[in-house]
Amino acid sequence: MTPSAFSTFAALLKSRSGLVIGPDKTYLLETRLAPILKREKLNDLTALAERLTKPGADNLARDVVEAMTTNESFFFRDDKPFTHFRTQALPRLLANRPANAAIRIWSAAASSGQEAYSLAMILADAKAQLAGRTVEIIGTDIARDQLNRAREGLYTQFEVQRGLPVQMLVKHFRKEDSNWRLSDTIRSMVRFKEFNLLSDPRTLGRFDVVFCRNVLIYFDPPTKARVLDGIAAQMPADGALYLGGAETVLGITGRFAPLQGERGVYGLTPARAAA
Amino acid sequence: MTRTCLVVDDSRVVRKVARRILEAHGFAVAEAEDGQKALDACRLGLPDCVLLDWNMPVMDGITFLHHLRQEFGPEKPPVVFCTTENDLSHIELAIAAGAQEYIMKPFDDEILSGKLSQVGL
Ligand SMILES: C[S@@+](CC[C@H](N)C(=O)[O-])C[C@H]1O[C@@H](n2cnc3c(N)ncnc32)[C@H](O)[C@@H]1O
Repeated sequence: MTPSAFSTFAALLKSRSGLVIGPDKTYLLETRLAPILKREKLNDLTALAERLTKPGADNLARDVVEAMTTNESFFFRDDKPFTHFRTQALPRLLANRPANAAIRIWSAAASSGQEAYSLAMILADAKAQLAGRTVEIIGTDIARDQLNRAREGLYTQFEVQRGLPVQMLVKHFRKEDSNWRLSDTIRSMVRFKEFNLLSDPRTLGRFDVVFCRNVLIYFDPPTKARVLDGIAAQMPADGALYLGGAETVLGITGRFAPLQGERGVYGLTPARAAA
Repeated sequence: MTRTCLVVDDSRVVRKVARRILEAHGFAVAEAEDGQKALDACRLGLPDCVLLDWNMPVMDGITFLHHLRQEFGPEKPPVVFCTTENDLSHIELAIAAGAQEYIMKPFDDEILSGKLSQVGL
C-alpha cells in the first residue's frame, strides 16, 4: 500500500468513527478490509483507497469504517461494573427518584448487545425493587451489522459461556439448534439504535447511567474528551458512568471524577454537573 | 495455600488439557477417571472444587454429584460440570443436583478459568 493510500484510510477512519490507526496497524487494514476488496473486485488497498476518494463512495466508506471496528464483547464483562450497578448505582437511583420517574440507561458502544442485555437481566431479576418503575435501556453502536446481531439476541455456545452465570443462561435463554436465544422478555427491554459517538448525544436524551466501555481506547485524547463531555452534559448530578478496564477520565476531562474507592466508575464533578 | 481441583473425566486427553490450564492458574490437580474413583478420592479428602464430566463408565457424573452432596452437604466443594451434554434439560438437572456452574465442551482457558472464578475460586 502506498503511503498516500494509508493516509486516506487513516483520515477516513479518524473523521468518521474517531478510530486512530498508526502505520504499525497496516496489517489490521489488510485483514479486516480483505472481504471488501474481494466483494468490490479490487486488487489491493491502494485501489480501494483510490475508489474512496471518488464521488459517490459514501456507502463504501461506511463499510470500511464498519469493517475496521473491533466488536468483541461478552456478558457481564469484567463483572465488577455490573456488580456495582446492581448493588450501588441502581439502589441509589431508586432511592433518589420519585416513584414515577423513569430511569434511563445507555450502552454507548453496544456492539452485539451483551452489555445492554447484561443490564436488562440484572433489572429483570430486580423487578421487585423496581416496583413497576419504567427503566429504559438504549444500546447504540456505529456498526449496523452488530446492531442487527444485537437485536436478534442469538448467541453461540462459546459466547454464552463467557461471563454469563449458568443460572442466567437457564433463566433467560432458550436453545435454538446449536445457539442460544435470549427470551423475548429480556430482548424487549432494550432498544438498539444506530448512533455515532462523534455526533451530538443530545438527540438521545438524558441518561442516569452510561456504560461506555472499551471504545474510548481507540480514540485520541481530544476525541475522548469530546465524547465524555457530551455524556456529562446528558447526565443528572447523581448519574454514573462506567468505563472499560483500560480507560479513564483522568487527564482527559474534568467533568467526571472516579467514585471513591471504585475503579472504572465515575460521577460528575459537583460544580460541573448539568443543570 | 494452593487450591486443589479434582478433575473427573474418563478421557485422558481432557484431563490433561484441564490439568494444564488449571496448573497455569495455580491449582494443584488430582484426577479421577470415573465417578466412583472420584467419590473414593473425596472420602479421603475434599478438594476445593470438582470439574466433572457427565458420561463416564462405572459411575456417571450426575450420580457422583448426588452422592457427594448427600455425604458432604449442599455447597462444598463447588462443582463445575464439563460435558458435551449441551441442552437445557441436562443443565437444569445438573443445577438441581447441586452443581454451581456448567461448561459445555469444547472449552478453553478463558471459559474454564472464568467459570472457576464465578464459583469463587
Ligand atoms: C470492543 S466493542 C465494546 C463492546 C462493549 N461495550 C463491551 O465493553 O464489551 C467496541 C464497539 O464500539 C463501536 N464503535 C467504535 N467507534 C464508534 C463510534 N464512533 N460510535 C459508536 N460506536 C463506535 C464498535 O463498532 C464496537 O462495536
